Amino acid sequence: MLHLILFSVFGLICVAGAVNLLLQTHPINSALSLVVVMGSLAVEYLLLGAEFVAAVQVIVYAGAIMVLFVFVIMLLNAGEEERTPGSRVSWLLGIPGVLALTVIVCWALLRSETGTVGLGGVPQADKAFGGARDLSELLFHQFLLPFEVTSILVLIAIMGAVVLAARPDSEPGRQG
Amino acid sequence: MDIITFIIVSVIKIALILFILLTAVAYTVWLERKVVGRMQNRWGPTRVGPFGLLQPAADGVKFLFKEDLTPPHVYKPLYVAAPMIAVIFAVTSIAVIPFGNWLNVGKISTPFQITDVNIGLLVVLGITSLGVYGVALSGWSSNSKYSLLGGLRASAQMVSYEIALGLSLVGVLILAGTFSLRGIVEAQAGHFGPWIPNWFIFRGGQIVAFFIYLTAAYAETNRIPFDLPEAETELVAGYHTEYSAMKFAMFFMAEYANMITVACLASLLFLGGWSGPVFGPDWLQQLLPLLWFALRIFVFLFIYIWVRGTLPRFRYDQLMAFGWKFLLPIAIANLVVTAIFVAWKG
Repeated sequence: MLHLILFSVFGLICVAGAVNLLLQTHPINSALSLVVVMGSLAVEYLLLGAEFVAAVQVIVYAGAIMVLFVFVIMLLNAGEEERTPGSRVSWLLGIPGVLALTVIVCWALLRSETGTVGLGGVPQADKAFGGARDLSELLFHQFLLPFEVTSILVLIAIMGAVVLAARPDSEPGRQG
Repeated sequence: MDIITFIIVSVIKIALILFILLTAVAYTVWLERKVVGRMQNRWGPTRVGPFGLLQPAADGVKFLFKEDLTPPHVYKPLYVAAPMIAVIFAVTSIAVIPFGNWLNVGKISTPFQITDVNIGLLVVLGITSLGVYGVALSGWSSNSKYSLLGGLRASAQMVSYEIALGLSLVGVLILAGTFSLRGIVEAQAGHFGPWIPNWFIFRGGQIVAFFIYLTAAYAETNRIPFDLPEAETELVAGYHTEYSAMKFAMFFMAEYANMITVACLASLLFLGGWSGPVFGPDWLQQLLPLLWFALRIFVFLFIYIWVRGTLPRFRYDQLMAFGWKFLLPIAIANLVVTAIFVAWKG
């Protein structure tokens, strides 16, 4: 019972943070709302029994990636954003699209609740799943290839960032 | 233990540990002023109480009664929130740190620890990694060039050194096979050879990891020689330039609480936690481990102060090059060697 109450409270905080992220006009407030979203997601993982994932969520997303977001906002000294009504295409396609996606995800989750569908072939997690050992056994045995391919993807992204950041016209020896 | 007893015991433990932590923070400041004073041929605080022992109390009263200035150019919500964020995350991480074995009073048996979670180490790392927001946001919301530069430096530095710090701990994790801080201490029980204790600092080349951890921890807590964020010769006071009274004191408390957390982690992970000779009657046997643990923390804090009294400050490019080009490769090499060692031994 307590679990359910906490789960709902943090779910609401998560959604409120996400809505606030869109409503705020100042980038730093939006970034901090995203931190709230990440933090409450971590609590949700914790309540589901996935302690390791929760800790990693906090360390990686809230503690490292969002710090970089805030860092960049500070560095650029970004000011208030202007509010625009948005294009007509986004109104016509976006809202029905989001609604359809929500319905599909809810339907899939509700169906898997009855045990007929496992997500992506992963067997339904039992109560004790979510420790570091379980997770690493999945990552380094069953999903080793996707895991390694993802790391190459990240490497390519880093190289892309370096190429974009290093201006070719700057004089040699001086990094842009 | 029923739920009511559990709650009462927990509340008592939380209040007690918070009280001890904050007192320790206050007296670490006193110790620092005293020791650095002696190193520089001065007396340090002497006037308030014997040996200046009441100086922290006097400082506390002064901070409380000073006028709390809010400069007109700040972004108020974050300016107020930043010191709170810093001090909250600095204090929260103490919740999962064990200080000793179990305490048995009558029928009640409870560990010397607020809560034992089996991912204790990750919780500490996660919470301390959130502490950077206090520094970054104070720098940004102050709307002053010194604060902004200090905040930028601090966040870049803390993110960079966190990697080396985290990697230096992985070796210990491989040897111990658990994330639980209590489990890690238990894995270091006993001796090998005739008298060398089974601490991780002596095993599998983890002495390298220990020094990486120590160095990265100094940078994480923004202490000399890595105190670039508040380099007073160039940035006035860095990210807390625009803060006064209790808000300034909160940054101070956060810094010293972080130092104590770092010292606790070093003792738990590398130096066997609370192990030490235990003798005497039953109550003494229960309390002596606390003393051994406190002694290790004291030694760490003393080394912190000693380093502060000895070393000059790095230049900023030196700081970044040292973190990324020296500490990080060594930490990775240590990790690989330890992993091979463990795999080879089976």
